Amino acid sequence: MLDADFFRRWITATAASVDREAQRLTALDSAIGDADHGSNLQRGFAAVLATLEKEAPDTPGAVLSLAGRQLISTVGGASGPLYGTLLRRAGKVLGDAPEVTEAQLAEALRAGVDGVKALGGAAPGDKTMLDALIPAVDALGEGFDAARRAAESGAVETTPMQARKGRASYLGERSIGHQDPGATSSALLIAALATAAEGGSDE
Amino acid sequence: MKMLINVPETVVADALRGMAAAYPDLNVDVENRVIVRRDAPVAGQVGLVSGGGSGHEPLHGGFVGPGMLAAACPGEVFTSPVPDQMARAAAAVDSGAGVLFIVKNYTGDVLNFDMAAELAEDEGIQVGKVLVNDDVAVADSLYTAGRRGTGATVFVEKIAGAAAAEGQPLERVEAIGRQVNDSSRSFGVALGAVTTPAKGSPTFDLPPGELELGIGIHGEPGRERRPMMTSGEIADFTVHAILDDLAPRGPVLVLVNGMGATPLLELFGFNAEVQRVLSERGVAVARTLVGNYVTSLDMAGASVTLCQVDEELLRLWDAPVRTPALRWGM
Repeated sequence: MLDADFFRRWITATAASVDREAQRLTALDSAIGDADHGSNLQRGFAAVLATLEKEAPDTPGAVLSLAGRQLISTVGGASGPLYGTLLRRAGKVLGDAPEVTEAQLAEALRAGVDGVKALGGAAPGDKTMLDALIPAVDALGEGFDAARRAAESGAVETTPMQARKGRASYLGERSIGHQDPGATSSALLIAALATAAEGGSDE
Repeated sequence: MKMLINVPETVVADALRGMAAAYPDLNVDVENRVIVRRDAPVAGQVGLVSGGGSGHEPLHGGFVGPGMLAAACPGEVFTSPVPDQMARAAAAVDSGAGVLFIVKNYTGDVLNFDMAAELAEDEGIQVGKVLVNDDVAVADSLYTAGRRGTGATVFVEKIAGAAAAEGQPLERVEAIGRQVNDSSRSFGVALGAVTTPAKGSPTFDLPPGELELGIGIHGEPGRERRPMMTSGEIADFTVHAILDDLAPRGPVLVLVNGMGATPLLELFGFNAEVQRVLSERGVAVARTLVGNYVTSLDMAGASVTLCQVDEELLRLWDAPVRTPALRWGM
Protein backbone atom coordinates (compact mmCIF):
# COMPACT_ATOMS: atom_id res chain seq x y z
CA MET A 1 0.00 0.00 0.00
CA LEU A 2 1.09 3.56 -0.71
CA ASP A 3 0.65 6.19 1.98
CA ALA A 4 0.99 9.97 2.10
CA ASP A 5 4.67 9.57 2.82
CA PHE A 6 5.17 7.68 -0.44
CA PHE A 7 3.51 10.51 -2.38
CA ARG A 8 5.62 13.09 -0.58
CA ARG A 9 8.74 11.12 -1.53
CA TRP A 10 7.50 10.97 -5.12
CA ILE A 11 7.08 14.75 -5.36
CA THR A 12 10.38 15.35 -3.55
CA ALA A 13 12.20 13.00 -5.92
CA THR A 14 10.61 14.77 -8.89
CA ALA A 15 11.76 18.13 -7.57
CA ALA A 16 15.29 16.78 -7.14
CA SER A 17 15.49 15.42 -10.67
CA VAL A 18 13.98 18.60 -12.13
CA ASP A 19 16.75 20.49 -10.31
CA ARG A 20 19.38 18.14 -11.65
CA GLU A 21 18.05 18.21 -15.22
CA ALA A 22 16.97 21.87 -15.39
CA GLN A 23 19.79 22.89 -17.73
CA ARG A 24 19.00 20.04 -20.08
CA LEU A 25 15.26 20.82 -20.11
CA THR A 26 16.03 24.44 -20.88
CA ALA A 27 18.46 23.46 -23.63
CA LEU A 28 15.81 21.21 -25.24
CA ASP A 29 13.29 24.04 -24.92
CA SER A 30 15.64 26.52 -26.52
CA ALA A 31 15.79 24.38 -29.66
CA ILE A 32 12.04 24.36 -30.27
CA GLY A 33 10.51 26.65 -27.63
CA ASP A 34 11.56 29.61 -25.57
CA ALA A 35 14.29 28.28 -23.30
CA ASP A 36 12.58 28.35 -19.94
CA HIS A 37 11.09 24.91 -19.27
CA GLY A 38 13.78 23.94 -16.76
CA SER A 39 13.69 27.16 -14.77
CA ASN A 40 9.88 27.29 -14.74
CA LEU A 41 9.53 23.75 -13.36
CA GLN A 42 12.33 24.37 -10.88
CA ARG A 43 10.50 27.38 -9.52
CA GLY A 44 7.23 25.44 -9.39
CA PHE A 45 8.52 22.35 -7.62
CA ALA A 46 10.50 24.42 -5.12
CA ALA A 47 7.22 26.13 -4.21
CA VAL A 48 5.48 22.75 -4.01
CA LEU A 49 8.06 21.39 -1.56
CA ALA A 50 7.72 24.48 0.60
CA THR A 51 3.94 24.21 0.74
CA LEU A 52 4.01 20.43 1.41
CA GLU A 53 6.32 21.16 4.31
CA LYS A 54 4.10 23.91 5.65
CA GLU A 55 0.67 22.33 5.25
CA ALA A 56 1.70 18.69 5.84
CA PRO A 57 -1.22 17.03 4.01
CA ASP A 58 -1.84 13.58 5.45
CA THR A 59 -3.46 11.59 2.63
CA PRO A 60 -2.18 10.66 -0.86
CA GLY A 61 -5.05 12.62 -2.46
CA ALA A 62 -4.32 15.70 -0.40
CA VAL A 63 -0.60 15.62 -1.29
CA LEU A 64 -1.35 15.53 -5.02
CA SER A 65 -4.14 18.11 -4.90
CA LEU A 66 -1.99 20.55 -2.97
CA ALA A 67 1.01 19.99 -5.26
CA GLY A 68 -1.17 20.52 -8.34
CA ARG A 69 -2.70 23.71 -6.98
CA GLN A 70 0.71 25.10 -6.14
CA LEU A 71 2.08 24.32 -9.63
CA ILE A 72 -0.86 26.19 -11.19
CA SER A 73 -0.19 29.15 -8.91
CA THR A 74 3.54 29.40 -9.52
CA VAL A 75 4.67 27.97 -12.86
CA GLY A 76 2.71 29.88 -15.49
CA GLY A 77 3.07 29.07 -19.17
CA ALA A 78 1.33 25.96 -20.44
CA SER A 79 3.19 23.59 -18.14
CA GLY A 80 1.73 25.11 -14.95
CA PRO A 81 -1.91 24.40 -15.80
CA LEU A 82 -1.08 21.07 -17.49
CA TYR A 83 1.09 19.57 -14.72
CA GLY A 84 -1.20 21.13 -12.13
CA THR A 85 -4.25 19.53 -13.69
CA LEU A 86 -2.49 16.16 -13.95
CA LEU A 87 -1.79 16.07 -10.21
CA ARG A 88 -5.02 17.71 -9.05
CA ARG A 89 -7.18 15.39 -11.10
CA ALA A 90 -5.27 12.36 -9.85
CA GLY A 91 -5.55 13.65 -6.29
CA LYS A 92 -9.28 14.06 -6.67
CA VAL A 93 -9.68 10.43 -7.78
CA LEU A 94 -7.69 9.23 -4.75
CA GLY A 95 -10.09 11.11 -2.47
CA ASP A 96 -9.27 11.04 1.23
CA ALA A 97 -8.15 7.41 1.56
CA PRO A 98 -5.17 7.20 3.96
CA GLU A 99 -3.52 4.53 1.78
CA VAL A 100 -4.02 3.48 -1.83
CA THR A 101 -2.97 0.49 -3.95
CA GLU A 102 -0.71 0.69 -6.98
CA ALA A 103 -3.76 -0.09 -9.11
CA GLN A 104 -5.61 2.86 -7.61
CA LEU A 105 -2.61 5.09 -8.32
CA ALA A 106 -2.61 3.89 -11.93
CA GLU A 107 -6.31 4.63 -12.25
CA ALA A 108 -5.84 8.10 -10.72
CA LEU A 109 -2.95 8.92 -13.04
CA ARG A 110 -5.01 7.82 -16.02
CA ALA A 111 -7.71 10.29 -14.95
CA GLY A 112 -5.01 12.93 -14.60
CA VAL A 113 -3.71 12.23 -18.08
CA ASP A 114 -7.28 12.47 -19.43
CA GLY A 115 -7.47 15.87 -17.76
CA VAL A 116 -4.28 16.96 -19.53
CA LYS A 117 -5.69 15.74 -22.86
CA ALA A 118 -8.92 17.64 -22.37
CA LEU A 119 -7.21 20.86 -21.28
CA GLY A 120 -4.44 20.96 -23.87
CA GLY A 121 -6.36 19.33 -26.69
CA ALA A 122 -3.34 17.29 -27.78
CA ALA A 123 -3.36 13.74 -29.12
CA PRO A 124 -0.64 11.06 -29.01
CA GLY A 125 1.99 11.83 -31.65
CA ASP A 126 1.64 15.62 -31.35
CA LYS A 127 5.07 15.82 -29.66
CA THR A 128 3.86 16.74 -26.18
CA MET A 129 4.07 15.47 -22.60
CA LEU A 130 1.30 13.01 -23.49
CA ASP A 131 3.76 11.02 -25.60
CA ALA A 132 5.60 10.09 -22.40
CA LEU A 133 2.63 9.99 -20.02
CA ILE A 134 0.27 7.74 -21.98
CA PRO A 135 2.74 4.83 -22.47
CA ALA A 136 3.80 5.23 -18.84
CA VAL A 137 0.26 4.93 -17.53
CA ASP A 138 -0.33 1.97 -19.84
CA ALA A 139 2.74 0.24 -18.39
CA LEU A 140 2.01 1.02 -14.73
CA GLY A 141 0.27 -2.34 -14.30
CA GLU A 142 3.69 -3.97 -14.74
CA GLY A 143 5.28 -1.86 -12.03
CA PHE A 144 7.01 1.47 -11.56
CA ASP A 145 10.18 0.41 -13.39
CA ALA A 146 8.20 -0.59 -16.47
CA ALA A 147 6.41 2.77 -16.35
CA ARG A 148 9.74 4.59 -16.07
CA ARG A 149 11.13 2.75 -19.10
CA ALA A 150 7.95 3.40 -21.11
CA ALA A 151 8.03 7.11 -20.27
CA GLU A 152 11.70 7.43 -21.14
CA SER A 153 11.33 5.74 -24.51
CA GLY A 154 8.14 7.72 -25.13
CA ALA A 155 10.12 10.92 -24.60
CA VAL A 156 12.94 9.78 -26.91
CA GLU A 157 10.39 8.84 -29.56
CA THR A 158 9.18 12.44 -29.76
CA THR A 159 12.41 13.37 -31.56
CA PRO A 160 11.27 12.52 -35.11
CA MET A 161 7.75 13.90 -34.54
CA GLN A 162 6.50 17.22 -35.91
CA ALA A 163 4.98 19.35 -33.14
CA ARG A 164 1.30 20.12 -33.48
CA LYS A 165 0.64 21.81 -30.14
CA GLY A 166 2.27 24.53 -28.10
CA ARG A 167 5.02 26.88 -29.14
CA ALA A 168 7.04 24.24 -30.99
CA SER A 169 4.18 23.91 -33.48
CA TYR A 170 5.06 27.33 -34.96
CA LEU A 171 8.22 25.76 -36.33
CA GLY A 172 6.38 23.28 -38.52
CA GLU A 173 8.85 20.81 -39.97
CA ARG A 174 11.72 22.53 -38.20
CA SER A 175 10.50 20.97 -34.95
CA ILE A 176 11.51 17.54 -36.27
CA GLY A 177 14.77 16.16 -34.86
CA HIS A 178 14.45 17.62 -31.37
CA GLN A 179 13.25 15.79 -28.27
CA ASP A 180 10.21 17.43 -26.70
CA PRO A 181 11.04 19.16 -23.39
CA GLY A 182 7.55 18.50 -21.95
CA ALA A 183 7.76 14.77 -22.69
CA THR A 184 11.23 14.80 -21.14
CA SER A 185 10.08 16.39 -17.89
CA SER A 186 7.09 14.03 -17.82
CA ALA A 187 9.54 11.12 -17.94
CA LEU A 188 11.30 12.62 -14.90
CA LEU A 189 8.00 12.71 -13.02
CA ILE A 190 7.33 9.05 -13.83
CA ALA A 191 10.90 7.95 -13.07
CA ALA A 192 10.55 9.55 -9.64
CA LEU A 193 7.79 7.03 -8.84
CA ALA A 194 10.38 4.26 -9.04
CA THR A 195 12.73 6.27 -6.82
CA ALA A 196 9.97 6.77 -4.25
CA ALA A 197 9.13 3.07 -4.35
CA GLU A 198 12.76 2.26 -3.54
CA GLY A 199 12.26 4.33 -0.41
CA GLY A 200 14.33 7.29 -1.52
CA SER A 201 13.51 10.80 -2.51
CA ASP A 202 16.82 11.36 -4.28
CA GLU A 203 17.73 14.42 -2.22
CA MET B 1 26.00 38.49 -22.79
CA LYS B 2 26.14 41.60 -20.60
CA MET B 3 22.83 42.78 -19.13
CA LEU B 4 21.83 45.70 -16.96
CA ILE B 5 20.41 43.50 -14.21
CA ASN B 6 21.20 42.33 -10.70
CA VAL B 7 20.43 38.61 -10.97
CA PRO B 8 18.15 36.83 -13.48
CA GLU B 9 15.78 35.68 -10.73
CA THR B 10 14.67 39.22 -9.84
CA VAL B 11 14.42 40.96 -13.24
CA VAL B 12 10.61 41.08 -13.24
CA ALA B 13 10.28 42.25 -9.65
CA ASP B 14 13.05 44.83 -10.14
CA ALA B 15 11.30 46.22 -13.23
CA LEU B 16 8.00 46.44 -11.38
CA ARG B 17 9.62 48.40 -8.56
CA GLY B 18 11.04 50.75 -11.16
CA MET B 19 7.67 51.18 -12.86
CA ALA B 20 6.06 51.94 -9.51
CA ALA B 21 8.63 54.67 -8.91
CA ALA B 22 8.22 56.14 -12.40
CA TYR B 23 4.42 56.15 -12.66
CA PRO B 24 2.53 57.32 -9.59
CA ASP B 25 -0.76 56.92 -11.53
CA LEU B 26 -0.26 53.16 -11.34
CA ASN B 27 -0.76 50.94 -8.35
CA VAL B 28 1.98 48.34 -8.72
CA ASP B 29 1.72 45.27 -6.50
CA VAL B 30 5.24 43.88 -6.83
CA GLU B 31 4.65 40.79 -4.71
CA ASN B 32 1.48 39.66 -6.47
CA ARG B 33 2.52 41.02 -9.87
CA VAL B 34 -0.50 43.08 -10.73
CA ILE B 35 -0.41 46.61 -12.17
CA VAL B 36 -3.69 48.50 -11.69
CA ARG B 37 -4.67 52.06 -12.55
CA ARG B 38 -4.82 53.90 -9.27
CA ASP B 39 -8.43 55.06 -9.62
CA ALA B 40 -9.81 51.53 -10.28
CA PRO B 41 -12.51 50.39 -10.18
CA VAL B 42 -14.08 53.16 -12.26
CA ALA B 43 -17.84 53.28 -11.75
CA GLY B 44 -19.86 52.18 -14.76
CA GLN B 45 -16.82 51.12 -16.81
CA VAL B 46 -15.84 47.68 -17.99
CA GLY B 47 -12.34 46.91 -16.71
CA LEU B 48 -9.86 45.68 -19.32
CA VAL B 49 -7.35 43.17 -17.97
CA SER B 50 -4.47 41.86 -20.02
CA GLY B 51 -1.22 40.16 -19.30
CA GLY B 52 1.41 37.84 -20.61
CA GLY B 53 5.02 36.95 -20.21
CA SER B 54 7.45 39.75 -19.38
CA GLY B 55 10.00 40.81 -21.98
CA HIS B 56 7.54 42.58 -24.31
CA GLU B 57 7.60 45.97 -22.59
CA PRO B 58 5.89 48.39 -22.77
CA LEU B 59 3.23 45.68 -23.35
CA HIS B 60 1.17 45.25 -21.11
CA GLY B 61 1.96 47.31 -18.01
CA GLY B 62 2.83 50.36 -20.09
CA PHE B 63 -0.71 50.41 -21.45
CA VAL B 64 -2.46 50.67 -18.09
CA GLY B 65 -4.35 53.92 -17.58
CA PRO B 66 -7.43 55.91 -18.57
CA GLY B 67 -8.59 55.00 -22.07
CA MET B 68 -6.79 51.66 -22.21
CA LEU B 69 -6.16 48.81 -19.72
CA ALA B 70 -7.47 48.86 -16.15
CA ALA B 71 -4.90 46.25 -15.10
CA ALA B 72 -2.00 44.17 -16.41
CA CYS B 73 -0.48 40.94 -15.11
CA PRO B 74 3.18 40.34 -15.97
CA GLY B 75 4.44 36.76 -15.89
CA GLU B 76 8.02 35.59 -15.73
CA VAL B 77 10.08 36.38 -18.83
CA PHE B 78 8.26 34.87 -21.85
CA THR B 79 6.02 32.85 -19.51
CA SER B 80 2.33 33.52 -19.12
CA PRO B 81 1.16 34.80 -15.75
CA VAL B 82 -0.64 32.47 -13.35
CA PRO B 83 -4.46 32.46 -12.83
CA ASP B 84 -4.18 33.99 -9.34
CA GLN B 85 -2.80 37.20 -10.86
CA MET B 86 -5.65 37.74 -13.31
CA ALA B 87 -8.26 36.79 -10.71
CA ARG B 88 -6.77 39.36 -8.35
CA ALA B 89 -6.69 41.97 -11.13
CA ALA B 90 -10.30 41.25 -12.06
CA ALA B 91 -11.41 41.73 -8.46
CA ALA B 92 -9.49 45.02 -8.28
CA VAL B 93 -10.98 46.57 -11.42
CA ASP B 94 -14.54 45.23 -11.50
CA SER B 95 -17.00 48.05 -10.85
CA GLY B 96 -19.93 45.72 -11.38
CA ALA B 97 -19.82 46.34 -15.15
CA GLY B 98 -17.65 43.27 -15.68
CA VAL B 99 -14.11 42.74 -16.91
CA LEU B 100 -12.72 41.93 -20.33
CA PHE B 101 -9.68 39.66 -20.58
CA ILE B 102 -7.46 40.42 -23.57
CA VAL B 103 -5.42 37.28 -24.25
CA LYS B 104 -2.69 36.74 -26.80
CA ASN B 105 -3.11 33.37 -28.46
CA TYR B 106 -0.43 31.20 -26.88
CA THR B 107 -1.26 27.89 -25.22
CA GLY B 108 -0.05 29.02 -21.81
CA ASP B 109 -1.81 32.38 -21.86
CA VAL B 110 -5.09 30.81 -22.96
CA LEU B 111 -5.00 28.09 -20.27
CA ASN B 112 -4.10 30.47 -17.45
CA PHE B 113 -6.64 33.14 -18.45
CA ASP B 114 -9.37 30.48 -18.76
CA MET B 115 -8.60 29.23 -15.26
CA ALA B 116 -8.62 32.83 -14.02
CA ALA B 117 -12.00 33.44 -15.66
CA GLU B 118 -13.42 30.50 -13.71
CA LEU B 119 -12.00 31.88 -10.46
CA ALA B 120 -13.40 35.37 -11.17
CA GLU B 121 -16.81 34.03 -12.19
CA ASP B 122 -16.92 32.06 -8.94
CA GLU B 123 -16.61 35.45 -7.22
CA GLY B 124 -19.59 36.76 -9.18
CA ILE B 125 -17.58 38.82 -11.67
CA GLN B 126 -18.81 38.87 -15.25
CA VAL B 127 -15.90 38.04 -17.58
CA GLY B 128 -15.60 38.52 -21.34
CA LYS B 129 -12.62 37.50 -23.46
CA VAL B 130 -10.93 38.64 -26.65
CA LEU B 131 -8.32 36.33 -28.11
CA VAL B 132 -5.69 38.14 -30.19
CA ASN B 133 -4.31 36.05 -33.06
CA ASP B 134 -2.97 38.31 -35.79
CA ASP B 135 0.33 36.76 -36.86
CA VAL B 136 0.07 35.60 -40.47
CA ALA B 137 3.46 33.88 -40.27
CA VAL B 138 1.76 30.94 -38.54
CA ALA B 139 -0.43 28.71 -40.64
CA ASP B 140 -3.72 28.60 -38.76
CA SER B 141 -4.54 24.94 -38.98
CA LEU B 142 -5.09 21.79 -36.98
CA TYR B 143 -1.34 21.32 -37.04
CA THR B 144 -0.33 24.37 -35.03
CA ALA B 145 -1.42 26.09 -31.83
CA GLY B 146 -2.98 28.69 -34.15
CA ARG B 147 -1.88 32.19 -35.04
CA ARG B 148 0.09 34.04 -32.40
CA GLY B 149 -1.01 37.28 -30.81
CA THR B 150 1.45 40.08 -31.54
CA GLY B 151 1.18 43.74 -32.62
CA ALA B 152 -2.62 43.81 -32.92
CA THR B 153 -2.74 43.62 -29.13
CA VAL B 154 -1.95 47.36 -29.05
CA PHE B 155 -4.88 48.12 -31.35
CA VAL B 156 -7.27 45.87 -29.41
CA GLU B 157 -6.27 47.29 -26.03
CA LYS B 158 -6.48 50.91 -27.21
CA ILE B 159 -9.74 50.69 -29.15
CA ALA B 160 -11.62 48.43 -26.72
CA GLY B 161 -10.22 50.60 -23.90
CA ALA B 162 -11.76 53.69 -25.50
CA ALA B 163 -15.11 51.92 -25.77
CA ALA B 164 -14.89 50.93 -22.10
CA ALA B 165 -14.04 54.52 -21.13
CA GLU B 166 -17.26 55.68 -22.84
CA GLY B 167 -19.21 53.36 -20.55
CA GLN B 168 -20.21 50.90 -23.26
CA PRO B 169 -21.44 47.57 -21.84
CA LEU B 170 -19.28 44.42 -21.65
CA GLU B 171 -20.86 42.66 -24.65
CA ARG B 172 -20.25 45.73 -26.81
CA VAL B 173 -16.64 46.28 -25.63
CA GLU B 174 -15.94 42.59 -26.23
CA ALA B 175 -17.48 42.74 -29.73
CA ILE B 176 -15.39 45.80 -30.60
CA GLY B 177 -12.24 44.07 -29.35
CA ARG B 178 -13.00 41.05 -31.51
CA GLN B 179 -13.72 43.24 -34.52
CA VAL B 180 -10.32 44.92 -34.11
CA ASN B 181 -8.57 41.55 -33.89
CA ASP B 182 -10.44 40.17 -36.89
CA SER B 183 -9.47 43.27 -38.88
CA SER B 184 -5.76 43.06 -37.98
CA ARG B 185 -2.81 41.12 -39.36
CA SER B 186 0.91 41.17 -38.48
CA PHE B 187 4.23 39.84 -39.74
CA GLY B 188 7.64 40.12 -38.10
CA VAL B 189 11.30 39.68 -39.00
CA ALA B 190 14.41 39.23 -36.86
CA LEU B 191 17.91 40.42 -37.68
CA GLY B 192 19.32 38.92 -34.51
CA ALA B 193 18.29 36.36 -31.91
CA VAL B 194 17.01 37.14 -28.43
CA THR B 195 18.81 36.47 -25.15
CA THR B 196 16.73 35.76 -22.05
CA PRO B 197 18.21 36.69 -18.66
CA ALA B 198 17.81 33.11 -17.40
CA LYS B 199 19.71 31.56 -20.31
CA GLY B 200 22.23 34.34 -20.87
CA SER B 201 23.01 33.32 -24.44
CA PRO B 202 20.98 33.68 -27.66
CA THR B 203 18.00 31.29 -27.91
CA PHE B 204 18.69 30.57 -31.54
CA ASP B 205 21.65 30.90 -33.79
CA LEU B 206 21.25 33.49 -36.54
CA PRO B 207 24.47 33.85 -38.52
CA PRO B 208 25.67 37.27 -39.68
CA GLY B 209 24.38 38.03 -43.15
CA GLU B 210 21.05 36.27 -42.63
CA LEU B 211 17.61 37.24 -41.40
CA GLU B 212 14.71 35.24 -40.08
CA LEU B 213 11.27 35.82 -41.58
CA GLY B 214 8.03 35.21 -39.69
CA ILE B 215 9.42 35.26 -36.18
CA GLY B 216 7.40 35.33 -32.98
CA ILE B 217 8.03 37.53 -29.97
CA HIS B 218 9.58 34.89 -27.68
CA GLY B 219 12.77 34.05 -29.47
CA GLU B 220 11.07 31.21 -31.24
CA PRO B 221 12.70 30.95 -34.65
CA GLY B 222 10.67 31.84 -37.73
CA ARG B 223 9.59 29.73 -40.63
CA GLU B 224 12.20 30.79 -43.14
CA ARG B 225 15.74 32.09 -43.23
CA ARG B 226 17.20 34.17 -46.07
CA PRO B 227 20.30 36.17 -46.91
CA MET B 228 20.05 39.69 -45.50
CA MET B 229 17.68 42.01 -47.38
CA THR B 230 17.37 45.80 -47.58
CA SER B 231 14.74 47.70 -45.65
CA GLY B 232 12.77 48.14 -48.89
CA GLU B 233 12.91 44.43 -49.70
CA ILE B 234 11.84 43.52 -46.16
CA ALA B 235 8.93 45.98 -46.41
CA ASP B 236 7.86 44.42 -49.72
CA PHE B 237 7.97 40.90 -48.26
CA THR B 238 6.25 41.85 -45.01
CA VAL B 239 3.41 43.95 -46.41
CA HIS B 240 2.73 41.44 -49.20
CA ALA B 241 2.56 38.62 -46.62
CA ILE B 242 -0.06 40.60 -44.71
CA LEU B 243 -2.06 41.68 -47.76
CA ASP B 244 -2.14 38.08 -49.01
CA ASP B 245 -4.32 37.46 -45.97
CA LEU B 246 -6.19 40.74 -45.50
CA ALA B 247 -7.69 42.70 -48.38
CA PRO B 248 -8.58 46.02 -46.73
CA ARG B 249 -11.76 47.61 -48.05
CA GLY B 250 -11.03 50.83 -46.20
CA PRO B 251 -8.18 52.74 -44.61
CA VAL B 252 -5.80 51.03 -42.18
CA LEU B 253 -3.99 51.77 -38.97
CA VAL B 254 -0.29 50.95 -39.35
CA LEU B 255 1.98 49.85 -36.52
CA VAL B 256 5.66 49.66 -37.39
CA ASN B 257 6.95 48.02 -34.25
CA GLY B 258 10.52 47.61 -33.07
CA MET B 259 11.50 44.31 -31.45
CA GLY B 260 13.75 45.93 -28.87
CA ALA B 261 17.21 46.33 -30.36
CA THR B 262 16.48 48.15 -33.61
CA PRO B 263 17.07 51.93 -33.47
CA LEU B 264 14.23 54.34 -34.20
CA LEU B 265 16.32 55.73 -37.07
CA GLU B 266 16.01 52.35 -38.78
CA LEU B 267 12.34 51.96 -37.81
CA PHE B 268 11.42 55.30 -39.38
CA GLY B 269 13.31 54.38 -42.54
CA PHE B 270 11.50 51.05 -42.58
CA ASN B 271 8.18 52.86 -42.11
CA ALA B 272 8.91 54.95 -45.23
CA GLU B 273 9.29 51.70 -47.19
CA VAL B 274 6.15 50.20 -45.63
CA GLN B 275 4.15 53.29 -46.63
CA ARG B 276 5.59 53.05 -50.16
CA VAL B 277 4.42 49.45 -50.53
CA LEU B 278 0.99 50.25 -49.12
CA SER B 279 0.63 53.12 -51.57
CA GLU B 280 1.71 50.86 -54.47
CA ARG B 281 -0.94 48.38 -53.38
CA GLY B 282 -3.58 51.12 -53.19
CA VAL B 283 -4.10 50.83 -49.42
CA ALA B 284 -5.05 54.10 -47.72
CA VAL B 285 -3.41 54.80 -44.38
CA ALA B 286 -5.49 56.47 -41.66
CA ARG B 287 -2.94 56.62 -38.82
CA THR B 288 0.61 55.35 -38.26
CA LEU B 289 2.42 54.47 -35.05
CA VAL B 290 6.19 53.88 -35.12
CA GLY B 291 8.15 52.69 -32.10
CA ASN B 292 8.84 49.91 -29.62
CA TYR B 293 5.44 48.70 -28.41
CA VAL B 294 5.47 44.88 -28.46
CA THR B 295 9.11 43.96 -28.00
CA SER B 296 11.05 40.76 -27.57
CA LEU B 297 13.78 41.71 -25.07
CA ASP B 298 16.93 42.52 -27.05
CA MET B 299 15.88 41.08 -30.38
CA ALA B 300 16.79 43.14 -33.44
CA GLY B 301 14.05 43.39 -36.01
CA ALA B 302 10.60 44.75 -36.57
CA SER B 303 7.01 43.79 -37.19
CA VAL B 304 4.26 45.43 -39.18
CA THR B 305 0.61 45.32 -38.12
CA LEU B 306 -2.25 46.59 -40.26
CA CYS B 307 -5.78 47.07 -38.93
CA GLN B 308 -8.63 47.89 -41.25
CA VAL B 309 -10.81 50.55 -39.58
CA ASP B 310 -14.25 52.02 -40.12
CA GLU B 311 -15.24 55.46 -38.83
CA GLU B 312 -16.21 54.08 -35.43
CA LEU B 313 -12.93 52.23 -34.85
CA LEU B 314 -10.96 55.26 -36.03
CA ARG B 315 -12.91 57.51 -33.66
CA LEU B 316 -12.11 55.15 -30.79
CA TRP B 317 -8.43 54.98 -31.81
CA ASP B 318 -8.28 58.80 -31.71
CA ALA B 319 -10.05 59.01 -28.32
CA PRO B 320 -7.98 60.30 -25.40
CA VAL B 321 -5.60 57.91 -23.67
CA ARG B 322 -3.18 58.36 -20.76
CA THR B 323 -0.80 55.49 -20.12
CA PRO B 324 2.99 55.32 -19.72
CA ALA B 325 3.53 54.22 -23.33
CA LEU B 326 0.57 55.68 -25.25
CA ARG B 327 -0.69 59.12 -24.40
CA TRP B 328 -2.70 61.67 -26.33
CA GLY B 329 -5.70 63.97 -26.02
CA MET B 330 -5.63 64.19 -22.22
